[in-house]
Amino acid sequence: MADTSVELRDLAKYHGATLAVDHLSLEVRSGEFFSILGPSGAGKTTTLRLVAGFERPDQGEILIEGRSMRHVPPNLRPVNLVFQTYALFPHMTVFDNVAFGLEMRRVSRSDLRSRASAALDMVKLSDKHDRHPSQLSGGEQQRVALARALVNRPAVVLLDEPLGALDQQLRQEMQVELKAIQKQVGITFICVTHHQEEALIMSDRVAVMDHGRVLQVGSPQEVYESPTTEFVARFIGLSNHLKGRIATLHDTTCTITAPDIPAAGSILIRRPPGAMEATRVMLLLRPERLHLSHNVHPGRFHNAVSARVDKVTYTGNEMQYLVRLSDSVLWKARLPNSGASQDRFRVGETVLLCWNADDGVILTE
Amino acid sequence: MSRGRIWLLSASLVNLLFLYLPIAVLILFSFNASRLSATWQGFTFRWYLALVEDQALLAAVHNSLLVAAVSTSLATILGVSAAVGMERLSSRRRRIVEGALLLPLVIPEVMLGVALLLFFVMVELPLSLVTVTIGHVVWNVPIVAIITRARLQKLDPRLEEAALDLGATPWQAFRRVTLPLLTPAIIGAVLMAFTLSLDDFIVTFFTAGPGSTTLPLQVYSMVKSGVSPEINALSAILVLISMALIGLSLVLQRQRN
Repeated sequence: MADTSVELRDLAKYHGATLAVDHLSLEVRSGEFFSILGPSGAGKTTTLRLVAGFERPDQGEILIEGRSMRHVPPNLRPVNLVFQTYALFPHMTVFDNVAFGLEMRRVSRSDLRSRASAALDMVKLSDKHDRHPSQLSGGEQQRVALARALVNRPAVVLLDEPLGALDQQLRQEMQVELKAIQKQVGITFICVTHHQEEALIMSDRVAVMDHGRVLQVGSPQEVYESPTTEFVARFIGLSNHLKGRIATLHDTTCTITAPDIPAAGSILIRRPPGAMEATRVMLLLRPERLHLSHNVHPGRFHNAVSARVDKVTYTGNEMQYLVRLSDSVLWKARLPNSGASQDRFRVGETVLLCWNADDGVILTE
Repeated sequence: MSRGRIWLLSASLVNLLFLYLPIAVLILFSFNASRLSATWQGFTFRWYLALVEDQALLAAVHNSLLVAAVSTSLATILGVSAAVGMERLSSRRRRIVEGALLLPLVIPEVMLGVALLLFFVMVELPLSLVTVTIGHVVWNVPIVAIITRARLQKLDPRLEEAALDLGATPWQAFRRVTLPLLTPAIIGAVLMAFTLSLDDFIVTFFTAGPGSTTLPLQVYSMVKSGVSPEINALSAILVLISMALIGLSLVLQRQRN
């Protein structure tokens, strides 16, 4: 099992009476960027703290490079954690912060100097080595925290919401950079985040977690294109839903009928594996894939349903619409703000809502 | 200036006068050339010079400094340990320890003095500078612990975890991360404890034996035969030293990283 970096076996942890981590099993491969994605309270941070050794599991086992961590205290584990709040030592300079781990491991003075300098170079902070953390910007502090972990060459770097405290633009830059650094050093990264885009951009594989359990593990594409549960589907942005039943099966597609919007007739959608006729299903669609038109069928869409605009929200780069398909079905649609008047729709207007077979998924109930 | 501000300002002024006017008068009369304190007869340093000649007084100063230094050192070690240890207790146990620790500060000092005296008699420890020092440690420990804990509670617990995560043993994490961050608060606590020890009368009165007269006790015995200008001079020095130490202590406690 040289290929496995971290293995969690049937891990359970109670916080008081609540099960924060619910019999979780996971395998993280060597050298991969693995993300644990989930809403707050899903047990992601607890899982990370269990791996780092700050909390003891009530049940189950953690193996790092095949070695059980059961009796290993945090200071002897081959992992380093990048804290959400960075936890830089305020009374030490940037250099001393980065060198702290090497000093604790009794690395020789000259080695320590060259390794700490190299780590600061990697995060582009070599000119700030004698500053104190309070003199750095949030982004710079984040880089110091990363360098402080990487310099020890651990088997695994754990990141707890690493970009959570950064503003939107810096966040996007750091997503790319973090991934590049991870590739360069080749160390296994386990990153905890509630931000789905972040997880999809950076990761080789993603585990979606909720209520202490892993719901789905896969490549970003697998998770995004083929969610296997309703929770995962909603969490990664498939927020429009509709109940229905499979009517006919084709090679790659199938049609479903939805009693809640009888006017729609049969809806064409990608066929999931193992689909059978007459099964009850849930149709889930992405708001950004829906197209609106002024009652003229544009032709290039598989599906078109008549709807009424209930609400319009202007966000600058986007127009967000709430459209009513029937008394019980209210969907969201997000259209890029093209500026053209024929792409604007008013409240109360009847529109044609169009989408393709690939723009959503169906889950069997 | 608005009416409200004028009111606020004059109320503050009256308060300050009330607090500091007696002290100001005392300092003023310590420079009075007259032996009869009530009237101003011109400026002199005579009473300050007379203090240096008073052998009994110098012995008392020596005793006071010794007691303050030793009791503060002991109280600092015990108080800081208590504060750090308390952070690791469950919240229920912490409340119990907190209550027990605060007790010496809330019970009337006379009671504490009597209790200590009874205790020393019971264990047959002769009253001396040793018993005075022990008495001072009793209320200096909670003072150091409270000041240290106030700072400790503001520290991010993640800092110590980060040190552990980077390979430090729990002791190294404390030595290299927690302790340096606590240092300003600890120095503040030391100054506070030292000052309170230097100024204490009641507990010292009950626990002191022959030959262990401290400065406040000496002042008291001098006052018994009437308030002399020497006492004014001595008190002025004590007040200024105490104010300086407490001021420094507060500045250090407020310091942030």
